[in-house]
Amino acid sequence: MPFIPHTGQDVRDMLDAIGVKSIEQLFDEIPADIPRPELAALPPALSEMEVSRLMRSRARDVTPLLSFVGAGAYEHHIPAAVWQIVARGEIYSAYTPYQAEASQGTLQILYEYQTMMASLTGMDASNASLYDGASALAEAVLMAVRAAKRSRRVLMPSTVNPVYRSVVRNIVQHQQIEIIELDYDSVLGATAPAALATHQDSECAALVVPQPNYFGGVEDVDRLTDWAHAKGTLVIGLVNPTAMALLKPPGAWGTHGADIAVGEGQPLGVPLASGGPYFGFLTCKQALVRQMPARIVGGTVDIDGRPGFTLTLQAREQHIRRSKATSNICTNQGLAVSAATIYMAIMGPGGLRNVALHCHQNLRQLRTHLTNAGIRPRFTAPCFHESAFDLGASPNKVVDAVLASGIHVGVDLAPDYPELNGTLLMCTTETKSKQDIERVAQALTDALRPNT
Amino acid sequence: MTTLFEHSRPGAGSRAQIPAPPDETTDFAAQQLRARPPLLPDVSELEAVRHYTWLSRLNFSIDTHFYPLGSCTMKYNPRICHELASLPEMLSRHPLAPESHSQGYLACLFELQEILATVTGMAGVSLTPMAGAQGEFAGVAMIRAYHDARGDHGRREIIIPDAAHGTNPATATMCGYSVREVPTTATGDVDLVALQAAVGPQTAGLMLTNPSTLGVFEHNILRIRDLVHNAGGLLYYDGANLNAVLGKVRPGDMGFDVIHMNLHKTFSTPHGGGGPGAGPVGVTQRLLPYLPLPMVGCRGGHYHWLDVRDRPHSIGRLSANMGNSGVLLRAYVYARMLGAAGMQRVAEFATLNANYLMARLRAKGFEVAYPTRRASHEFIVTLKDLKARTGVTAMDVAKRLLDKGFHAPTTYFPLLVPECLLIEPTETESKTTLDAFAEALAEIADEARTQPDLVKNAPHAMPVRRLDDTKAARELDLVWNSQRRDQSQP
Repeated sequence: MPFIPHTGQDVRDMLDAIGVKSIEQLFDEIPADIPRPELAALPPALSEMEVSRLMRSRARDVTPLLSFVGAGAYEHHIPAAVWQIVARGEIYSAYTPYQAEASQGTLQILYEYQTMMASLTGMDASNASLYDGASALAEAVLMAVRAAKRSRRVLMPSTVNPVYRSVVRNIVQHQQIEIIELDYDSVLGATAPAALATHQDSECAALVVPQPNYFGGVEDVDRLTDWAHAKGTLVIGLVNPTAMALLKPPGAWGTHGADIAVGEGQPLGVPLASGGPYFGFLTCKQALVRQMPARIVGGTVDIDGRPGFTLTLQAREQHIRRSKATSNICTNQGLAVSAATIYMAIMGPGGLRNVALHCHQNLRQLRTHLTNAGIRPRFTAPCFHESAFDLGASPNKVVDAVLASGIHVGVDLAPDYPELNGTLLMCTTETKSKQDIERVAQALTDALRPNT
Repeated sequence: MTTLFEHSRPGAGSRAQIPAPPDETTDFAAQQLRARPPLLPDVSELEAVRHYTWLSRLNFSIDTHFYPLGSCTMKYNPRICHELASLPEMLSRHPLAPESHSQGYLACLFELQEILATVTGMAGVSLTPMAGAQGEFAGVAMIRAYHDARGDHGRREIIIPDAAHGTNPATATMCGYSVREVPTTATGDVDLVALQAAVGPQTAGLMLTNPSTLGVFEHNILRIRDLVHNAGGLLYYDGANLNAVLGKVRPGDMGFDVIHMNLHKTFSTPHGGGGPGAGPVGVTQRLLPYLPLPMVGCRGGHYHWLDVRDRPHSIGRLSANMGNSGVLLRAYVYARMLGAAGMQRVAEFATLNANYLMARLRAKGFEVAYPTRRASHEFIVTLKDLKARTGVTAMDVAKRLLDKGFHAPTTYFPLLVPECLLIEPTETESKTTLDAFAEALAEIADEARTQPDLVKNAPHAMPVRRLDDTKAARELDLVWNSQRRDQSQP
């Protein structure tokens, strides 16, 4: 029997030891008046060979594309060693390190992860990860509201990924939290100073600052941070981790630095894989450590004084605090975080910076090619590895036309930003070669040419 | 425990993975740039590989040890599920890749929705929640959306038995509900008298795990259903223990309106050191409009995403993409390999193993918490007598089990039973392993009587001995830095 090791003799001996005649008898406490299921609609069992054949044929029905789509998920080279180590059974098939003495591997990986992530974002502390970037932002909002106490209003620039904004609303809406969206400057493509002025005199728990923002552009993080701090509002930096090797991290924003940093960890060694599993990271200043949601690993010593690691600050968590917990979250994305830790270790500080610079240089190249063909950036704010381009035509048609040559060219911004009709969001990472960039520029030019 | 940071030497970095030094010109002003490099280790590829391989060997895992952690369903994770979810086309697909180029992927998800709906007796399933706790959030948010849509705003309470997982009350709070707890009878069922007194026009719903965290099937489930439904509330099924009844009896047939499943338990996806999981939700007809997005639809043989235009009443998205997509693919492969008979076999052998191990331990003199009841896929041993006689606690016994090569069962949960071990062997373990485990527990009980200090000071054979949790919480050490680590070296 697949995955079940019992022999006929085992079963007979076990039933005898229990004192029953059949396995069915073990279910005799289930009330007889609950109908027993009819499962004929389930597909028949497949052997390993058959299911492999099925999945390989399904995979052939997923057509690889040369992709210039980012919008929250980014293609990067992943060193071969990363997933070969993560797939080791000792990591892959372990559980939450509740028995710390038998889980020092997992715990130390998480501790090293927390160290790397805190440093990458310029913060003092990190948790052991959350589900993904969008839900991490929701948890950061809840955390800021808990810490702020005085206000339940949160300022959210409309330059934050629209899906993230929607996820935040869906997760926090039952807790009387008011999310106020801030307009962006239509020339700059970054949060408009005028949008802040409206809220100058109202008390707010937090301001979210995306860096880079959904349009790929950098925000004036110093000014936004200082503005918020001057009125007693906490700052949540929503950042791309690759960009942090190049751009100023939240901990260094403005005079005092942001208070919380969150984001999508996928760019750090996690494959695109249709959107998951990824992981959300959350780091913060020392003063807010006890407000952090989810698991946290700490260093300590054993009874002989030897250093070791354990889950800590568990008194915040649901299995102890129940309805008063900081969050209902009782997991982290261990496997994806292990991959990120090994990725960062192999890349090192210089390697990650080179990746970031290559991403940025490729975007500059793309912009040059497109500008030469008359396709201009929609906004003026400098961009990291993603940028909005003004096509002057319906991106939908262009996307479809370019798909025919095996290229996924970008994301149409109009469904989420009706005023950006005709605007395409494109991304280049280090995985794009000079030829790839020339190819997409040519394909776009051809698709936009009259009569095509 | 040397960290990788201590191996770091500037310039030792792994060249093969690092792109050549690029042009340093950027579009950014100087004050927008990072001033100092982050604290990432500078080590060779070999040093990194050796370090993390070494760390992996400090772990217990299913592949290396019996892992009878109650309520966690630590069954074997078939290798083929990982291999097929990692096919290059599946791994490299961008979440926003067009439907026309993604039919094979969408087909897997669509079929998984159908399989899970069939095996739980639900009208529809959304796969998107990224863990059990997020599934719970989605489920309770749907209960709220249902009452709100009917203008039934007076329902402010969720009823939860005291035996429930802590996530249940934490979730109810996140959805804006207050929590009313109901007690459990001496034989492990919900106290019906207390429940009757608790339900009323303020009841939004009841969250129940069945079989419960006490390892028994709720005798009065149909009466509970009637009490809650007659009061206008809905029934939520916490699928933490679905492995016990998979394909044998369905939550939908027990009267539940909404359920979440833990695919990392019942459908054998890896626990990965504490995640990722996946917590799909299923609902009956009346809650269909509220299922979270995205979902996959099928029209004329073409698979497509369902979005808010198709489902205007949905509670919306809970993640940036499709939740933990790769976990869903692994669960799909597993479900296809089992088929209907295989799913029932899971419940049958999980139950057989639990009842057998319970019988063996009783024969060796251990006290089980609910001796008049059948075990479901798990059961509780209480060590309160052992503690009274020897001073050895459930925690001590758990640590001593590690020395003997077994991961400990869940300890001190559920909170109702003193000095408890919640033991869940799962169907993938052999009789030989169960016998060896029972033997080890009996040895430890002997040791507790003859040399209690040996047990109280356990573990002795792990990479570290018992760790100081109080110090960890009081003197927080959450990130490495060179000074702090130097001071703690003996």
